[in-house]
Amino acid sequence: MVKVEFLGPIGKSPVEVDASTLADVAEILRRDPEVARWLEQSAVAVNDKMVETLDVKLKSGDRVSLLPPVCGG
Amino acid sequence: MVLIYRGPIEVEALLSRWYGAERNGNYGAMVSFVGTVREEGGIEALSFDIYRPLLDKWFEGWRERLAEKGALLAMAHSEGDVPVHTSSFACAIFSPKRRLALEMLDAFVEDFKANAPIWKYDVIGGKRIYAAERSTPMAGSGLLAKG
Repeated sequence: MVKVEFLGPIGKSPVEVDASTLADVAEILRRDPEVARWLEQSAVAVNDKMVETLDVKLKSGDRVSLLPPVCGG
Repeated sequence: MVLIYRGPIEVEALLSRWYGAERNGNYGAMVSFVGTVREEGGIEALSFDIYRPLLDKWFEGWRERLAEKGALLAMAHSEGDVPVHTSSFACAIFSPKRRLALEMLDAFVEDFKANAPIWKYDVIGGKRIYAAERSTPMAGSGLLAKG
């Protein structure tokens, strides 16, 4: 299982999903209305590395993080 | 590593410590920036969430970039509530000459605003409200909405 965590203001507890690529995770999250509205504006990290393609292969124990718009300072 | 404070930064002590630690390092310039919470829009405080693993990675990238130029970077940020007229962000660059430190400080703070994994909330009437309209989507945002 792949763990998906929702950072900052998304305010949702982590979930475990059955996914072999990031595209699978995208498909699962698009079905969750609580999360879907954040997807357009969120960046994505896999195991704390920023990613820019849905082709990323995932294995059990991997961690996907959603990062909504930021504002430090 | 970024220094994280729970609540406001103790600015006087921190800047003094940074200055003292590098004074003998033969840097000709120390340029610092301190961000202080302004009283506006009825807020009591700002509040912050931080994702530390990625913040440290982002910061180390900048540290290395500056080290290649012979400069040193230090940064501190608050987590949790930071009342008005106290400070949530401080950074300093030490460099052999002033021009590099002045220019890199500007570039560093701009990138910090756009890409450091920190989330800001207004605290009004004890409630924490995400500062959505002041926030910036990070590079690569929207990936999971595709397909």
